Amino acid sequence: MSTDTVTEQPLLSVRNLEKRFPVRGGLLQRPVGWVKAVDDLSFDLKRGEVLGLVGESGSGKTTAGRSILRLIEPTAGSIRFAGQEITGLATAEMRAQRRRMQIVFQDPYASLDPRQRVRDVIGEALVIHNIGSRADRRDRIAALLEKVGLSADAMDRFPHEFSGGQRQRIGIARALAVEPDFIVADEPVSALDVSVQAQVVNLLGDLQRELGLAVLFIAHDLAVVRYISDRVAVMYLGRLMEIAPSDSLYERPRHPYTMALLSAAPDPDPDAPKSRMLLDGDVPSPMNPPSGCVFRTRCPFALPACAEPEARALREVAPGHSVACIRDDVAPAMATGA
Amino acid sequence: MDADLTLDIRNLQTHFTADSGVSKAVDGVSFAVRRNETLAVVGESGSGKSVTSLSAMRLIPTPPGIIAGGEILFRGRDGQVRDLARISERAMRSVRGNEIGMIFQEPMTSLNPVYTVGDQIGEALRYHQGLDRWAARAEALAMLKKVGIPAAERRLDEYPHQMSGGMRQRVMIAMALACRPTLLIADEPTTALDVTIQAQILDLMRRLQEETGTSILFITHNLGVVAEVAHRVVVMYAGRIVEEGDVRSLLKSPKHPYTRGLLACMPHLGQRRGDGGRLYAIPGSVPSPVNRPAGCTFAPRCALAEPACLAAEPVLEPVGPDHSARCRRWRDVQ
Ligand SMILES: Nc1ncnc2c1ncn2[C@@H]1O[C@H](COP(=O)(O)OP(=O)(O)OP(=O)(O)O)[C@@H](O)[C@H]1O
Ligand SMILES: Nc1ncnc2c1ncn2[C@@H]1O[C@H](COP(=O)(O)OP(=O)(O)OP(=O)(O)O)[C@@H](O)[C@H]1O
Ligand code: SF4
Ligand code: SF4
Ligand SMILES: [Mg+2]
Ligand SMILES: [Mg+2]
Repeated sequence: MSTDTVTEQPLLSVRNLEKRFPVRGGLLQRPVGWVKAVDDLSFDLKRGEVLGLVGESGSGKTTAGRSILRLIEPTAGSIRFAGQEITGLATAEMRAQRRRMQIVFQDPYASLDPRQRVRDVIGEALVIHNIGSRADRRDRIAALLEKVGLSADAMDRFPHEFSGGQRQRIGIARALAVEPDFIVADEPVSALDVSVQAQVVNLLGDLQRELGLAVLFIAHDLAVVRYISDRVAVMYLGRLMEIAPSDSLYERPRHPYTMALLSAAPDPDPDAPKSRMLLDGDVPSPMNPPSGCVFRTRCPFALPACAEPEARALREVAPGHSVACIRDDVAPAMATGA
Repeated sequence: MDADLTLDIRNLQTHFTADSGVSKAVDGVSFAVRRNETLAVVGESGSGKSVTSLSAMRLIPTPPGIIAGGEILFRGRDGQVRDLARISERAMRSVRGNEIGMIFQEPMTSLNPVYTVGDQIGEALRYHQGLDRWAARAEALAMLKKVGIPAAERRLDEYPHQMSGGMRQRVMIAMALACRPTLLIADEPTTALDVTIQAQILDLMRRLQEETGTSILFITHNLGVVAEVAHRVVVMYAGRIVEEGDVRSLLKSPKHPYTRGLLACMPHLGQRRGDGGRLYAIPGSVPSPVNRPAGCTFAPRCALAEPACLAAEPVLEPVGPDHSARCRRWRDVQ
């Protein structure tokens, strides 16, 4: 057991995280500008807690998840994991931490090496981190496969011999092999058929509870996110729009963008209220985001003050519920149907 | 064929030859689309939705594919009914993109990157309707306005890569509807889009249908989208129809265990996280179209399966007004 379990410290503390990518153009592929894929992102994650991360394509979810694991280098900001600042850690020190932070990818087809047998796919991390003896490892892999609902003899087969849902289970077993405290699950069920998606969501939920994992769960499907998350964060153009406990966010959304997302989610119940808050237009180019509130070009409630820098600030409006919107009158008006 | 039908597919068989054997991607599918109606075809990956729609447009790559049997009866603008499974490729060319409009999941695969969107919409009008250059351009502009593209005059001279995904899908819709088709086939038209953009496109398609009365064959894997757009629904599983009916009774009281299971395994937005609670999950996965189990195709995954289910495949039988299901035990499905 590590020392941080006894303290009240969050397991993960992200402050003012920023990741910029150069945008290249022209014949010479010179940098012509920058994309702030993640801009001023801050949040905490407790041990054993699941934080859902939603937002439109290109809003910076994947970049945030990878920067936190330092699979890509953040441009600025602080990431404290288990009490230690990990930005700036050298490779050797980072390796020790990396064992405790793992990732599950979206695409179960692309994320597994087709030439590796399942036992090597899973065993690789054990070797890298020097966990267990050779004989020991075989037993560990068998136990892991059983834990994710596959039979132990799957270890001698190749990834292409498995269905999409089974491959995603292999991906989860690989992430769990080193007994991490924290995993980033980047759209782990988006590529799966609905009937198989439920199996994998259940598996993730069971393992998370059983192992006390902290999870950053990235997904498009708002209903799945609510189902699995304790808290949910909403991103737009690289910035956090709203973060709150799941029930508050879904039942009392405060940000107009969250409201629009929730009202746009198609519901298979023909009697579900179809009160649509249709947004106009498209997401602006991330190379040239609007000043002030980045949502203002599509926000039906925008005021002149929304273009000011102050409109970017995240404010706490209820315990644990923070919103980056200057207006307090939108949510009550929407609730009464005004 | 009934006078109010636009498309009547009867016992369609579309097969592919592979090393491992013949894959019956579509195996005896029958359904009809009425005038002014949106029929949704829903099913999981590989169930044969796209092969059905490509068959209706005669775009199955041959070899390895072949329309091995059945009829695809289509009523054209002149009221004449033709069997698209049998007419010549030349005759088909005057139907495709003219009397039948098409929208695909990924607009970039059907938009030509080297022509402006105005030229591409205009091209169909010149080819099929014999409009001159200027009339075609004026009509293309009117279509772009109709599908809600801002600054349409400027967009007319832009190339597809200069537009966002949602904008391109609007261009595809403008192109598909330019010749005033009697049938629009849309294969996962919003699957690649974000939910807020999807909501815009679904809203647009609904409005345009009310206005033009075009019949729509709408292919999707998303039951939420079905509830938004469809009047009637066909559920496919492994190349066959397992349930069919009007959207309300099918979504409210599904009678096939597969449809029931699909609805049950999707969490709802209003559903809280119950600690230790689990989502309903259908065990196993979709069978390969080459090695289809004997008897009921769904039996290996079905909680209600009994020995008789394995002996013979059930028929698609009526279970209510405008509602049928292919299950021996549909009365037991709650
Ligand atoms: N390696 C890179 N180089 C340049 N730009 C990048 C790179 N990776 C991401 N971006 C840009 O950063 C922004 C955020 O991308 P990111 O992939 O994090 O979004 P996302 O929220 O995960 O989207 P999706 O839902 O589509 O997965 C986008 O504008 C994207 O184009
Ligand atoms: N060109 C082809 N050659 C061989 N097999 C094919 C071809 N096109 C489709 N198939 C097979 O036909 C079956 C049905 O495929 P189809 O594309 O219709 O599925 P779908 O229901 O549209 O799925 P998705 O939701 O993934 O689009 C699949 O098993 C597929 O592998
Ligand atoms: S700050 Fe202004 S533009 Fe931004 S969400 Fe609030 S009301 Fe809309
Ligand atoms: S026929 Fe039998 S196996 Fe098939 S769906 Fe009905 S109950 Fe299940
Ligand atoms: Mg991503
Ligand atoms: Mg398809």
